[in-house]
Amino acid sequence: MKITFDWLKDHLKTNLKEKNLLEQLTNIGLEVESVESLSSDNQLFKVAKIIKTEKHPNADRLKVCDVNVGEKELKKVVCGAANASEGLITIYAPPGAIIPKTNTKLEIVKIRGVTSYGMLCSESELNLSDESDGIIELPRKYEKNIGKSYFSKSKSNLIDLSITPNRPDCLGVKGIARDLAASGFGSLIVSKEKQIKLKTKQTLKVKIKKEKGQGCSAFGSCLIKNVKNTESPQWLKDKLISVGQKPISAIVDITNYVMLDINRPLHAYDADKIEKGIFVRNSKSGEEFTALDNKIYKLEKGMCVISDNKGVLGLGGIIGGTRSGTEFDTKNILLESAYFDPRSIRNTAKKLNLDTDAKFRFERGIDPLSIETGLKKASSLIQEICGGEVSKIDIQKTESYKSKIINFDVNSFENIVGFKISEKEIQRILTDLGFIIKKEKNSLKLTVPSWRPDISQQIDIIEELVRISGYDKIKTIDPIKNRSKSTLTQTQRLFHFLQRAIASKGYLETITWSFTDQNYNDHFREAVEEIKIVNPISSELGVLRNSIFSNLIMYMSKNLDRGFKDLSIFEIGPIFTGSNPGEQKTVVCGLSAGKKSRLSWIDKERNIDLFDAKRDVVQTLSEAGYNSDHFFIDSKTPNYYHPGKSGRIFLDHSKDKVAAYFGEIHPNILKKIDIKTENLIGFEIFLENLKLSRKTLKDQKLKFAVSDFQKSERDFAFVVNKDVEAQKLISVISNVNPNLISNIKVFDVYEGENIPDNQKSIAISITIQSSEKTLNDKDLEKINNSIIEAVENKTGAKIRS
Amino acid sequence: MSDLKKIRDEFISKLKGNLDLAELNKIKSDLFGKNGLVSSQFKKIGTIDVTERKKFASDLNIIKDELHDLINLKINEIEKANINEKLEKEKIDVTLPERSFVKGKIHPVSQTIDEISSIFSEIGFSVEEGPDVENEYNNFTALNTPDNHPARDMHDTFYLDDKKERLLRTHTSPVQIRTMLKDKPPFKIIAPGRTYRSDSDQTHSPMFHQVEGLHIDKDINMGHLKGCLNYFIKEFFEVKKIKMRFRPSHFPFTEPSAEVDIGYEIKDGKIIIGEGDQWLEILGCGMVHPNVLKNVKVDPTKFQGYAFGIGIDRLAMLKYGINDLRAFFDCDYRWLNHFGFDPLDVPTNYRGLSR
Repeated sequence: MKITFDWLKDHLKTNLKEKNLLEQLTNIGLEVESVESLSSDNQLFKVAKIIKTEKHPNADRLKVCDVNVGEKELKKVVCGAANASEGLITIYAPPGAIIPKTNTKLEIVKIRGVTSYGMLCSESELNLSDESDGIIELPRKYEKNIGKSYFSKSKSNLIDLSITPNRPDCLGVKGIARDLAASGFGSLIVSKEKQIKLKTKQTLKVKIKKEKGQGCSAFGSCLIKNVKNTESPQWLKDKLISVGQKPISAIVDITNYVMLDINRPLHAYDADKIEKGIFVRNSKSGEEFTALDNKIYKLEKGMCVISDNKGVLGLGGIIGGTRSGTEFDTKNILLESAYFDPRSIRNTAKKLNLDTDAKFRFERGIDPLSIETGLKKASSLIQEICGGEVSKIDIQKTESYKSKIINFDVNSFENIVGFKISEKEIQRILTDLGFIIKKEKNSLKLTVPSWRPDISQQIDIIEELVRISGYDKIKTIDPIKNRSKSTLTQTQRLFHFLQRAIASKGYLETITWSFTDQNYNDHFREAVEEIKIVNPISSELGVLRNSIFSNLIMYMSKNLDRGFKDLSIFEIGPIFTGSNPGEQKTVVCGLSAGKKSRLSWIDKERNIDLFDAKRDVVQTLSEAGYNSDHFFIDSKTPNYYHPGKSGRIFLDHSKDKVAAYFGEIHPNILKKIDIKTENLIGFEIFLENLKLSRKTLKDQKLKFAVSDFQKSERDFAFVVNKDVEAQKLISVISNVNPNLISNIKVFDVYEGENIPDNQKSIAISITIQSSEKTLNDKDLEKINNSIIEAVENKTGAKIRS
Repeated sequence: MSDLKKIRDEFISKLKGNLDLAELNKIKSDLFGKNGLVSSQFKKIGTIDVTERKKFASDLNIIKDELHDLINLKINEIEKANINEKLEKEKIDVTLPERSFVKGKIHPVSQTIDEISSIFSEIGFSVEEGPDVENEYNNFTALNTPDNHPARDMHDTFYLDDKKERLLRTHTSPVQIRTMLKDKPPFKIIAPGRTYRSDSDQTHSPMFHQVEGLHIDKDINMGHLKGCLNYFIKEFFEVKKIKMRFRPSHFPFTEPSAEVDIGYEIKDGKIIIGEGDQWLEILGCGMVHPNVLKNVKVDPTKFQGYAFGIGIDRLAMLKYGINDLRAFFDCDYRWLNHFGFDPLDVPTNYRGLSR
């Protein structure tokens, strides 16, 4: 909402300065977004006429214009607008002028070799509208103003307020003045309405059709005959320009002015173009009309339209149509002032994807009692400026407005807000805001002003009171440092532990979006359903991710393109398994590319491999408190991993839920997404699949006991079939005698010479130690034999002699 | 001259020569080996006359010790010289690089979440979470934002179905609803997490982070809200004083509602929080609307309290001088490395939030 202090003063009597105003507006919840000085430098912007245009010698789309700016010599200006043509009257900004939109100062510059002295402006560049397509085209009448400043001299800055959606009343200058006055900033001027004589009857018949879902509950109108639509007088033009609006014609300008001043949208029809009468009704499916934005809208069933015998004239409260629009030659006007239901407005505008100023106001709620005020204010202005006779006001209604009553318990204020104000002050504030107060035994009976659709219960009154009293009066009550519940749950603690444990292994934590590119996602989706976003910001971000890999691999690729070769990144966050709330899992996903010890003077360089990832995962889980001796590992992994070079980890042999996957990313995926690296290794840890112990880590620990008896190390080499897994041998050996055998280590795996083709040799070192005695040779021999026997029997291995 | 003295003198003079390790060992074995000269003398002790035996034994031991020590001294000297010579040769260029290491980093958003949790932990808040995909009811309707409410337009929502029933949560506020439906009052929680709006430009990212706060009890008023936020902001920015401004605003799910600005100034291109006369909006808050309490079956005549929502990314940007929101999610190695935190830097109250 754009206002100026000058306009506010139409309604507000005050001696205070603009600086105080800005503060006070913000203090009462009418946030000042920006303050633009349209005035200080805008005298430089001049009305000008293009005398001649030539194509720019070095650029197809540019023109070199000779412009009459009211000086002796024509100015040469380079312009890119398509509509820059000979004879056009527009606005010229000389070098030195500051363009309001970009806040940049114009200089004399060479554009492709041709010197340009200034610029011809579009509406958007002057912050007049969002129209940036072409330069401003001023009406012929401006010819006499060539060389004169376009903007009138005004000392008032343009103040842009961010009005919250609950405050439609403050979409009019008067509403803002009322709030300010209630807060002690000046006093509200009660304007006397000019009384004009309304002699004639409104002869155009208006009817609101009674039907289900009717979006219009009141339609007020008056006929103004024999007007002469003209250019607005300077005061009105200045007013509109001061808040960034473009004057069009007196009738349009007056309706705009009334709307901005008291938030009462009006619509002016050319009465001669209306066939017989007005029907306010629901649209039929497929009906069409051309709106004032020059677009043709095809309507669905049930939209609130204003129509005549021939068809749709306009969408009620949203936009009028071209068929009945007013022009400079319009003679007879029908002025509409209606009440449209916010919900109906919203639905229609949403369906047609239409956003207009009127829609913005009606969907927030217009004062239902302002119908007559608006008609009177506008018609008297029209009569004053355009002449004509104004008819009596006709108001059709399907329901009448009932005022809302709230019983307000005065004590409730302190309960919620924490400080006290006197009942007298409460009454004063509410009266200033327009409430009618009746004092009852324990409460105040309040009649809510018709312009406040946001107020319906006690808490709304409390808000009004604290807002106007000032939030600075709220005390600061220091919090008490006391904790009765632990801050994090066990799962949350595990989340944070895993996050930092992985990072501590050289991975950079990333946070990527929860949605991803469908093409990338497909590589990692397996059989999970694809979850599409109906309205993505771009097709590359069209689905919720089924795996974090899709994003990680995309960003890994970007980093590799930046020239980094060896890096590890990870993310801990959600993946989605369905489109219902809760169908998501928390995953720690890591990805490493390149080599270890690249270009090292001391260590041998090698490609990063799956055992690097396996170490990171196993170490992390082990640090998180899971005993890695109990882990069970096999090679069943999702299809985005290399089938032979990947594995999954279970926390124990029950193989209940997969704790993690690790391995090489499938070579086909690397090929398809064209990622260039020596090797790409990933892992995924599934947070929800990690069992949480009910015992604390402290309680899980066994009694501390160590043996000081002598220990012996023994090495074995077994020859086994290739498909026998090392894990099997280790498990068999540890089961021979868990009390004596520990520290089982595979220290060599060999295939090749001296070993049959389908077999391999696995060399294992173990430690044998008793907690009761020093084992003698005989004891050791016995254990050795048991180990060999068990391994041979259970795995088909042969001890290598 | 006795045999003993002869042996002694002979070997003392021998040992004065420039001998190498092998020669010394030879002498050692000549003297003390199984049949060495000194060893043989010890064997003789038994055969010597009783009257002289004691003296002989004593002399023999003295000579033995003298020779023995001398030989060992010589050996030590040579060994020491040998080691020194070896060490001299073994000198290495220690300025060569160490074995390579990689540093992992924690993302600034994660670090900031930990900082926030740590601060609120001190004053008794616990951490709650909710799903990223929400239903329309929890995200809007239960929060007093019915279908026809214009406030919905401010949340450019990502929908997952055409009926607009399932969506990506536009704020963390639905966690309020879930928490209050699940338990009984009092409630004192924060809920950090991912939030989504279909808005994408220099200062908006379609995904960002918020932390929700909710404190409901019998007598919680706006003064408590002010105190809580004042405490939080001071602790978070690690400053003694903070300039804070409560400004009336509107959110459908709180009433009265406020936006909170903090004072700042720009000094030498850097933002200084807590000083100066510029205002920066950092969060929205208010007293939980009675309609919201009714929706979650909490009696608003018995319980009341406040809620707030803070943009985590924005806090991180302010505290750590990060300019570009989009960079948070761009995964540029250089950015992550520059702005990331060491994993050992866990924010805690006793060690301080940041270094």
